[in-house]
Amino acid sequence: MNAHHSVSRRALLTGGLATGFVLAFHLPLRAAVNEPVQPRDTTEGKFAPNTFIRIDETGRTVLMMPQVEMGQGTYTSISAVLAEELDADWSKVEVQHAPPNDKLYGNPTFGLQVTGNSNSIRAWWLPLRKAGATARAMLVQAAASQWGVDAASCTASKGEVAHAASGRKLGYGELALAAQGQMPPKDVAVKDPKDFVLIGQPLKRLDTPDKVNGKAVYGIDAILPGMKFATIAACPVFGGKVGKVDDSAAIKLAGVRKVVVLDDMVAVIGDHMWAAKKGLEALKIEWNEGANAGITTKDIWEDLRKASQKDGAVAKSDGDIAKALASGDRFEAAYELPFLAHASMEPINATVHVKPDSCEIWTGTQIMTRVQSEAAKAAGLPIDKVIVNNHLLGGGFGRKLEPDMVVAAVKIAKQVDYPVKVVWTREEDIQHDVYRPVYRDQITASLVDGKVAGWKYKVAGSAVLARWLPPAFQKGIDIDAVDAAVDAPYDFANFHVEYVRAEPLSVPTGFWRGVGPNNNVFAVECAMDELARKAGKDPIEFRKSMLTKNPRMLAVLNQVAEKSGWGEPLPPRVGRGVCVQPSFASFIATVVEAEIDDVGEIALRRITSVVDTGIAVNPDTVKAQIEGGLIFGLTAALYGEITIDKGRVQQSNFHDYRMMRINETPKIEVIVVKSGEAPGGIGEAGVNAGPPALRNAIYAATGVALRRLPIDRKLLAAGKKA
Amino acid sequence: MATTLTINGQTKSFDAPPDMPLLWVLRDILGMTGTKFGCGIAQCGACTVHVDGKAVRSCVLPVSAVENRTVTTIEHVGSTPAGAKVQKAWLEAEVIQCGYCQSGQIMAAAALLAATPNPDDSDIDAAMAGNICRCGTYVRIREAIKQAANGRQS
Repeated sequence: MNAHHSVSRRALLTGGLATGFVLAFHLPLRAAVNEPVQPRDTTEGKFAPNTFIRIDETGRTVLMMPQVEMGQGTYTSISAVLAEELDADWSKVEVQHAPPNDKLYGNPTFGLQVTGNSNSIRAWWLPLRKAGATARAMLVQAAASQWGVDAASCTASKGEVAHAASGRKLGYGELALAAQGQMPPKDVAVKDPKDFVLIGQPLKRLDTPDKVNGKAVYGIDAILPGMKFATIAACPVFGGKVGKVDDSAAIKLAGVRKVVVLDDMVAVIGDHMWAAKKGLEALKIEWNEGANAGITTKDIWEDLRKASQKDGAVAKSDGDIAKALASGDRFEAAYELPFLAHASMEPINATVHVKPDSCEIWTGTQIMTRVQSEAAKAAGLPIDKVIVNNHLLGGGFGRKLEPDMVVAAVKIAKQVDYPVKVVWTREEDIQHDVYRPVYRDQITASLVDGKVAGWKYKVAGSAVLARWLPPAFQKGIDIDAVDAAVDAPYDFANFHVEYVRAEPLSVPTGFWRGVGPNNNVFAVECAMDELARKAGKDPIEFRKSMLTKNPRMLAVLNQVAEKSGWGEPLPPRVGRGVCVQPSFASFIATVVEAEIDDVGEIALRRITSVVDTGIAVNPDTVKAQIEGGLIFGLTAALYGEITIDKGRVQQSNFHDYRMMRINETPKIEVIVVKSGEAPGGIGEAGVNAGPPALRNAIYAATGVALRRLPIDRKLLAAGKKA
Repeated sequence: MATTLTINGQTKSFDAPPDMPLLWVLRDILGMTGTKFGCGIAQCGACTVHVDGKAVRSCVLPVSAVENRTVTTIEHVGSTPAGAKVQKAWLEAEVIQCGYCQSGQIMAAAALLAATPNPDDSDIDAAMAGNICRCGTYVRIREAIKQAANGRQS
C-alpha cells in the first residue's frame, strides 16, 4: 500500500479559480478520532494556484475533490485529469474531500456542489485540465526565471521541470514557493490528447488500499469523544405524525440515555446502537397516521393510468405525427415501472454535534451545500456556523442527494449537548426512502416498409426535478423524465414526445441511479423489439436500419453483435436480447443471454456490452461501472418493487427487497472502444442497459412480451402463450 | 458485568449486555469500525468476521457466545496467509467500488480459501452468496478469489 494514497478531509481553501488569487483560512474542523492522521493542512508555504491544487516544499501534491466518491471512481479520475495537465508525480498525489462551497466546487453544469447524473468528468473535463495546465505553466515560469532561460525551452514531467539544453532539473517541491509568486497565464493551452500519459491508463484507484483493511472511514464510522448513538422510528405512514409516546419502559433500560420525540419520528439515544435499538423496541408509540393511511399501490397505479390518458406537455415534435400514425401498420404499447428503494449498503446515517453557536456534521452526502443550508435552518444558525465534514460514501445511488437524514439528526442532536451518531436500521432505510417513481410510458408507432414511420411517446410519472431543482422544471416538462425519450438514437422522421406530470399519492420520489432514462430506455428498447418482430426483422438489423445518422451508436451495435455471438444457434428457451442507448453522452450497446426454465425462473448466461464513452479517463473504471451498473439494473428487473399497503411500505430488508447475488451473476464482458471524443458519463448508463436487454432476451426465448417490471415469472412458465 | 474477548490476538475487556451482538461491541464499544452494519438480520454479510477461523455474521451473534473463542476482524485478517492473499488479489483485480461491503466480502473469501485452497465456481458461489454487493462487483470478486488461490498476477 502506498502511504501517499490516502483520503482525508482536512483543510480548507478558498480562492478564485479564474484569477488564481488565493485566500486561505481555517474553520475549526475536528477529525473523527479514527481518521487517518495527516499533517495539518495549510496553504502557507505552498504553491496553491487555485482551489484544486496545493504543492508543498516536499513535492506533496494535494488535490481537492469537488465531487464525492461513492464507488464510481471519480476521486481517481478527477485526480488523473488534474495531474495529467499539471504533469504531477502520480505517486505523490493525495486527495481530500472538499468542504461545502458552491462557488468554488459547484459542478459547472448545475452550479451546485452535487455529484450525480454521471456528470463529474463530463462537467469538469475542461475546467480541471485548465487548472492543471495553469499550475504547470507557473511552475515552468518559476524554473525558467530562476535559470534565466526562456520558459518555452523548459519541459515538465512527473513533478519536475527540466531545461534540456543545460541539463538542469528542479522538482515541483523545490519550485513551490517561487511558483506561488508567478502571475498565472491568462489562457493556457491544454495538452493534445496524444500526449496524455495518465488519462487513458487503467490507473489503480487511490481510495481502495484503505478499503481492504478496514481503515477507510465512511460517514457511519465517524467516532467523536463523548459521542452517543441513536436510532429512529419514523411514522410508518407517509405524512403521518407522532401521537403519544410512552417511554416509561424504554428509559429504564441499561444504556438508554434519552428519548427524543420529533414531529414525525421518535429517536432513542443510547450508549451504543444496541441500547438505542432495544430502547426503541420498548417504546409504545401511537401514530397520527393522517390522510394517507388507506393508500395502496393499486390506488397509485389507477391514478397513474388515468393521468396517462391526458394529453401531455410537448417536449419535442418533428414532422407530422398525426399523418404518420394514420398510415402503415400501427403499434401501441404501455410500459410500467414500479417504485424502487436505493438500499445503499451503508445505511442512512449522520453524526451531529450542536452547540449554542455552531453545528458540526459528519456524514457522506452527494449534496454538500444543501446539507449545510438545510442543517442551518434546522439548527437555527447562520450557514457559516454549520460545518460539514464529508466522507466516503458506502453507495449513494441518488438517496444521498437528499438532506433529510441530516436535518433529522440535527433536530435530535439539538436536544443534547454531546455529539450523536444517528444510524437508521435497514428497515427504516427501506421504508423511509425517496423512491424511484412509478412510470407509465406509452408508445404509439407506425411501420411502413419495415421501418418506423411515426413515433409518439408519452411519459407519465413524477417530476423529481420540480421538487429537487424547481428552476429546471419549465413549461410542464421534467427534462429528466423524458431525457432519453427526446434523445432517442433512431432516425424517426415523425417524432413526438409528451410528458404528463403525475405525482404518486403520498409516496416521496427522488433520483435513483440511471435517473430519467430508467423508464425511457426500457420503453424505447422494448418497443423496438416488438416493432422488429412486427416487421419480421432481426432486432439488431431492424435497429441498424434506423441508425444511419448515428455512427457512434451504429459502431457499438455492430461490435456487440459480433462479440456476443448474435445469431448463433441457441437451445430452446434460451434467448439473446439487445439494448442500445445514447444516454449521458455515452453510446452503449448490450446483449444479454438468458435461459428461462419451465416454471419461468430466469438464469442469466452471459452479458456483452460495448461502450463508446469518448475519451475513457480510466478505462478500467469504465468497465467496472458498466459491470456494476448492469447488476444494479438487472437486480431491479428481476426483483425490485416497493409496494404500499395501508399507506406503508411493505418491504423492510434484503429478504423481501432482494438483491442479485454472486451465484446469479453471469460472465460479463465489457469492451471499451477507443475514441477521441470528449468524455461521456458512465455511472448511470449500465443500469439502464440491463432491464430491456434481459426483457428482450426473454421475448426471444419465450415469445412473451413483458411490459412491466419486475419480471413476473408466472407469465413465463412453459406453455404460456405470448 | 465485564466481558473478556480475544480479538485480533489481543485481550479486550468491556461492559456489554450478554445479548448484544458482536457487531455493535466492535463498532460502538471498541471503536473498530472496519466491520460494517448492513442489515442486522444476517441477510447481507457486511458484518462478517471470523470466529475460530470460520466466517460468521456478527450482527446476530451475541457477544456472550464468543467468550473464550478467537475473533478476527478485517483490521487483522491481513496477518493470516489467506487474508493477505485475498487483500492483495482484491487490489490487483481492482474489485472495489464503494467498498462498504468489502470488509465482509474479504472476510468471507479469506475463510473460504483457508478451508478450500482451490475453490471452483460452485465453492465460490456457496461461500460468497451470503454477501451482497450493491455496486455489483461480483464478477471481479470471483476473479480475485481465483487469483488469490492460484497466486497468479493479473
